[in-house]
Amino acid sequence: MIKVEQLNKVFHLKTGDVIGVEDVSFEVDAGEIFGIVGYSGAGKSTLLRCLNLLERPSSGSIYINDTDLLELPQKELREARQSIGMIFQGFYLVSSKTVYENVSFALKAAGVPKQEWKERVTELLRLVGLEDKVDQFPAQLSGGQKQRVSIARALANNPSVLLCDEATSALDPNTTQSILNLLQKINRELGITIVLITHEMEVVKKICDRCAVMEDGRIVEQASTYKIFSQPKNELTQKFIATVLDINLPDKLRKECTGTVVQLKFIDGLASDSVVSDMLQNNQVTGNILHGKVDYIKDVPLGVFIMELKGTQKEVDQAIDYLYKRLKHVEVIQHGTHR
Amino acid sequence: MERIVEILPELNHAFLETLIMVGISLTIALILGLPIGILLYVTSQNNFLQNKTLKTVFGVIVNLVRSVPFIILMVFLFPVTQILLGSTIGPYAASVSLSVAAIPFYARIVEAAARDIDKGVIEAAIATGASPWLIIKDIILPETKPGLISGLTITAISLIGYSAMAGTIGGGGIGDLAVRYGYYRYDDTVMFTTVIVLVVLVQFIQYLGDYISKAVDKR
Ligand SMILES: Nc1ncnc2c1ncn2[C@@H]1O[C@H](COP(=O)(O)OP(=O)(O)O)[C@@H](O)[C@H]1O
Ligand SMILES: [Mg+2]
Repeated sequence: MIKVEQLNKVFHLKTGDVIGVEDVSFEVDAGEIFGIVGYSGAGKSTLLRCLNLLERPSSGSIYINDTDLLELPQKELREARQSIGMIFQGFYLVSSKTVYENVSFALKAAGVPKQEWKERVTELLRLVGLEDKVDQFPAQLSGGQKQRVSIARALANNPSVLLCDEATSALDPNTTQSILNLLQKINRELGITIVLITHEMEVVKKICDRCAVMEDGRIVEQASTYKIFSQPKNELTQKFIATVLDINLPDKLRKECTGTVVQLKFIDGLASDSVVSDMLQNNQVTGNILHGKVDYIKDVPLGVFIMELKGTQKEVDQAIDYLYKRLKHVEVIQHGTHR
Repeated sequence: MERIVEILPELNHAFLETLIMVGISLTIALILGLPIGILLYVTSQNNFLQNKTLKTVFGVIVNLVRSVPFIILMVFLFPVTQILLGSTIGPYAASVSLSVAAIPFYARIVEAAARDIDKGVIEAAIATGASPWLIIKDIILPETKPGLISGLTITAISLIGYSAMAGTIGGGGIGDLAVRYGYYRYDDTVMFTTVIVLVVLVQFIQYLGDYISKAVDKR
């Protein structure tokens, strides 16, 4: 569907060269929601803008639906862009045009005959839930409504891909959720592949199938969203995960613990399993849960628990072995201080 | 008072001449200055029709004309006016140099108004696959409409000032009337009357311009 190979983008400024994107390769399958996360300045927007050539890469190649975008002459590129919708953090609606005119502009750009506009615009506005705002001007709409109009505009020509540049970053949490729901609906019902960039892990957690983490123009890690959340490898990725999945014991509490403190991670549905009670039955230890959290990554549970285990050193070691066999993700945070 | 009634026909005539001069040159400024202004904008760096040569050529010409004081420009253009109209006297002749001055003046205003459009709005249009021409016609022009109208207002008012200068060297109009009576004959009444007429005219244009500009502004 989308294939990016060894993409580089260098900005040549008077003050020197600035690297936007460096040696980035990735693929997105048809029907997927692919997320790109990173701090501000990581090169996310530059990368996304290369996907419809709003930005021309310095080198590398971009294939969308098996078409090499960089080979296309101007006119063909414009046609290709009609099948790549794009929405932005700033909405970028035309303030002098009504909602209807903003959406029909995309149809006009694609040369759709005028008599077909009305039906299509109505259909699109119904999809995004704004039928009653046809004749309003953007200034009369809320942020969430503006984003809905821009989504309608982006979908006007039945694109196969939708690019989202921080589409929810300017919105409040409630509106963010409703826009994410809309994007998910578009993905599921219309089968549109979505590439979205964000600095909010929450967004990725909610709707992305896979994601990539960017830093200094490079992709430092990419995997399925669940893998990224449950087993982040890169240090930056771990930092990002911590923003949503943070589970740290208060220092004071930890110092008061005399037993061995372990962190257990329940991955892929194991959260509902009876590992802990089995462990307690099979070993002469007492367990005390200090902290715990179960999060759902796209409906699959991911649980993290911190327990204090008390007993003889030998029994505790055996218990940890047992846990390790069952869970694979056991980490001793603090060794016991007694005996 | 009687004096005013006495010169009324002449004042009428002069007023009409001023309107002709301003009207013609304003129209030409709109017809030529608007596209030049848009051209300066779309060919600028990082814009969608970026073209350094075009931008530089037009930019230099615009700056050149704008840096010549109007009265000198007018004298300088006498030969051209002579060839074009066969005369250098009267409001039509004056309109030639007034137009030449007004075109780059308005072009720069148009360019500045277009530069006020959020870059993202243009990019969102490019992302829909729209052609450059459609973007100019359907995005840039409507988005700059309030600026284009207030720019026309500013140009019209400047032209009234210039036309008074043009009047003194054969252009006719209110400026000419004021100089002939007020300056050469020390006729204060005529002088005052012309000033009042000009003040009222300028106020009226400003008011009308502001009104229309506001009415079309949907931001
Ligand atoms: N048009 C541009 N000109 C010069 N430098 C740019 C331009 N766009 C982006 N950059 C630079 O490229 C880097 C990546 O920017 P960007 O892609 O906007 O990051 P992000 O979207 O992740 O915040 C930054 O250092 C930024 O300053
Ligand atoms: Mg960005």
